[in-house]
Amino acid sequence: MKLELKGITKRFGSLVANDHIDLVVEPGQVHCLLGENGAGKSTLMNVLYGLYDPTEGEILVDGKPVVFKDPGEAMAAGIGMVHQHFMLIPVFTVAENVALGNETTKAAGLLNLEATRGKIRSISDQYGFDVDPDAMVEDLPVGVQQRVEIIKALVRDAEVLILDEPTAVLTPQETDELLDIIRQLKRDGKSIVFISHKLREVKAISDTITVIRRGKVVGQADPTASPTELASAMVGRTVSLTLDKAPAKTGDVSFKVRNLTVTNHNGQHVVDDLSFDIAKGEVLAIAGVQGNGQTELTEAILGVQPHVAGSITLDGEELLGKSVKHVLGAGVGFVPEDRTLDGLVGTFTISENMILDLYDKAPFARGVGMKPGVIAENAARKVEEFDVRTPSVSAAVGTLSGGNQQKVVLARELSRPLRLFIASQPTRGLDVGSIEFVHKRVIAERDHGTPVMIVSTELDEVLQLADRIAVLYRGRLVGIVPATTSRDVLGLMMAGVPAAEAEASASAHTPSGATTSAVTEPAGHEGETHV
Amino acid sequence: MSATTQSPAGKQPGTGEGTGNTPGASRAGGPASTTELVSWKAGIGLGLLALLGTLLFGFLANPKSAGFRIAEARDPNASSTAAWVTLAVALAAAAYVGYRWLSQRREGGGVDRWIPATTISAVVVLGLAALGVARVEKITVPSMALGWICSVLLLALAGYACFLTVQRRRTPGWVGGVFAVVFLVGFMIWIVAGGRDPEPSISLGGLLAGAVTLAVPLVFGSLSGVLCERAGVVNIAIEGQLLLGAFSAAVVATMTGNVYVGLISAAVAGALVSLVLALVSIKYLVNQIIVGVVLNVLISGLTSFLFSTLLTADPEHLNKPGRLQAVDIPFLSDIPIIGPILFRQSLVGYLMYVAVIVVYVGLFHTKWGLRVRAVGEHPQAADTVGINVNRTRFINVLMGGAIAGIGGSFFTLVSVDAFSKDMSGGRGYIALAAMIFGRWNPIGAFLAALLFGFADNLQSIITIIGSPVPSQFMAMLPYALTVIAVAGLVGRSRPPAADGIPYVKG
Repeated sequence: MKLELKGITKRFGSLVANDHIDLVVEPGQVHCLLGENGAGKSTLMNVLYGLYDPTEGEILVDGKPVVFKDPGEAMAAGIGMVHQHFMLIPVFTVAENVALGNETTKAAGLLNLEATRGKIRSISDQYGFDVDPDAMVEDLPVGVQQRVEIIKALVRDAEVLILDEPTAVLTPQETDELLDIIRQLKRDGKSIVFISHKLREVKAISDTITVIRRGKVVGQADPTASPTELASAMVGRTVSLTLDKAPAKTGDVSFKVRNLTVTNHNGQHVVDDLSFDIAKGEVLAIAGVQGNGQTELTEAILGVQPHVAGSITLDGEELLGKSVKHVLGAGVGFVPEDRTLDGLVGTFTISENMILDLYDKAPFARGVGMKPGVIAENAARKVEEFDVRTPSVSAAVGTLSGGNQQKVVLARELSRPLRLFIASQPTRGLDVGSIEFVHKRVIAERDHGTPVMIVSTELDEVLQLADRIAVLYRGRLVGIVPATTSRDVLGLMMAGVPAAEAEASASAHTPSGATTSAVTEPAGHEGETHV
Repeated sequence: MSATTQSPAGKQPGTGEGTGNTPGASRAGGPASTTELVSWKAGIGLGLLALLGTLLFGFLANPKSAGFRIAEARDPNASSTAAWVTLAVALAAAAYVGYRWLSQRREGGGVDRWIPATTISAVVVLGLAALGVARVEKITVPSMALGWICSVLLLALAGYACFLTVQRRRTPGWVGGVFAVVFLVGFMIWIVAGGRDPEPSISLGGLLAGAVTLAVPLVFGSLSGVLCERAGVVNIAIEGQLLLGAFSAAVVATMTGNVYVGLISAAVAGALVSLVLALVSIKYLVNQIIVGVVLNVLISGLTSFLFSTLLTADPEHLNKPGRLQAVDIPFLSDIPIIGPILFRQSLVGYLMYVAVIVVYVGLFHTKWGLRVRAVGEHPQAADTVGINVNRTRFINVLMGGAIAGIGGSFFTLVSVDAFSKDMSGGRGYIALAAMIFGRWNPIGAFLAALLFGFADNLQSIITIIGSPVPSQFMAMLPYALTVIAVAGLVGRSRPPAADGIPYVKG
């Protein structure tokens, strides 16, 4: 089936999210939408999927104009979508999730889940998904949950499958598997719309690339174009994808973690017997797929996790068991992974957010009173220094863009003399320009002689910033490796393979060394599919 | 290269496993190692209760005996036949289910959830039928001796729980269950022996039958809560729905002279309250809890005002609805003890059983129920597969209101035959507690409501026979039980994820 978008415009008030976008998806083709966060890719797909009504423009299926009032109609027309945040109900089984909205029933509306199970098994066998229809979705790894989403679309006879940032939550290996699945689907004549801002995957899988910037199509790109070209097209100016940094000048080891174990309320060790050091003037990056204990690790250091055992020392002082206030007072700067949830108070002004942890100290306070003049002046200075784009320091922080919000958090955390700097996902959801800025500040803090710990699920970011890389898998330390370690090895380690073994198997099968792990031979996978 | 990159992924549990049929087999994603975080909650809680039990049932025991009368049968011959038939059926059921239980355990797989509960209830029915067959009319027990036996058992169970905790093992569920039963037996014996008579006794059948009767409005109320909250709307207005249901049943039944019309009008009245709740909270996104509370206060005021102005002025034409009589189901109502409890109910009582079964089957085994639960758990996911979230919620809230309204009619058409001020007396809130205690499951809510009804009835019976405890304390029993149940026992239950959160598209 051929899908055409003609002149799609979507406005939210004065904001133009999509501006006359034209797109043609040919049958049996993988069509990539490349663009930064906020470029309007997801909005466009939500229009196509019937979640939003387009302000202008039309959608054509096989040359005939159609209007989708809700997702049900889009699905009926053969369009399936795998959302970035999975639309699965965690407490339902796979079969219940797949059946939902498309139920097979017996008499009197009684569910016939056996029919659904049968369909799941046949699709699962056809594509080698290996999904148990009776498994509870919340118990499944994200990679499998994503397959459930794909099954959901296939059960509804989708001809066009939209994948919105499908690799954001996957390990490199799971990404490879997904790309194989996409190739199989393509062979079966399905069209795929693949939305991403990750150049490596886009290059590996696309037949056609459409680049979107600020709601407009800025052009088509060829999958053979170089990553720098693609990035420049996406951002609209030449960007350097590499970070210039001097080699680390490491000093004494000042931050030590010993046998740190964090237990969650179910009794599971989410951080399991972790020991590592960070020296002054060094960046240790914590790599790993999301949900492998990174959040708990950083929160344990900050002191907001209950049930923590082990030892955390900074310059010889034990931090474990101390209050958060004490930890911050000891010189720990902390950028939380979710700035809107833990980093900022959205309805507070920029000035107020700049002193969230310093409100009771001189020069911002005297006795019980605060000094608004000093606070505003401080904010004005920081806004300038960190290039926060805002009309005024008294604007609510929630009104700023993600990049500018993150700059406010960084400005606050870096405004005190630090003895340890921890940043979790420092560039999540930021545009390329902001990423460059944040990275430079992190390196500047390192060069200042502060031990720095970066937690990131983006391998690119880890490789750019790290002096050493610690890989976490299921709360355990798989190993600490130098920053020069190849992507393949890191990818294997992120799936729990010990460093030495990963090194051996990666070099045995890729004699040329570190190539991109995303480019796999499609034929190689067929031996493992369950047909 | 491909082979290499696949193999580690294959090692991950969940992706590498075949299609095992038990959900437990595909459990993955959690860290490899776990230490049970064993809480002392069970040990300490059971310990304190055991000490209290020893003090009351042992040291403070009354030397008198305690008597429990088995319900008097009306027709001895019919009753005997019914008892024999029940005995046979219960025996067969217990044997069959027990066999299933054992064989499933022996195979090593998980036991189906319904089996243990069914086996226990079959055995209980078997015991009661045996009493009926043996024509036992009264059981008299020495309270002192049994009190001490219960105390020792309680202390032993609490000690076992503590021992397990020290061993860093989790206390299994049966310990709590057996503890509760032993405590209840000990408590009943102690409290009955403390009665005024020289040989105090209570009617067991009357106690249970009264418990079911008192539970009727609670069951309807909690079903209303289940319907609303499973769809993601918190219904605090159950109290108001019960009250307006009671009011309108009384007034309409009197005016039309037909109790059935009154019953229908009660459902309509409950649905009307729900209509306001749904409109304001779903369409205009006002906080659901605030709307609910405001509705309760509003209806309490409105019915009180109408009662004291209109109804008291002319009770003959406005507040004399007549009663829905209890209807015996032939044969079944002759089964000893169980018969009168289950099969000698008013129309509202039978509707209760129907409602519990219909809501249960509807929610968990039909297309409609799957969609409702999806809407309550993850409305956006439901929306993306073409389910109209707010329409589903609207309909469910209306249905919930109608059900609570029928529950309200119980007050004026079954329990008392006239409306009086605030006669729901906070039972809407207890119903809410029953829903939570029953973990948002219709059957669980039904059982929880029965428990609260039991506490309520026990309290009034004990007040009649006289008790060693001041009656004010006994009056607290249902509420104390509610607090303990909701705070202590349901810690791990999980409400629908989107409960109370309005859904705004896009």
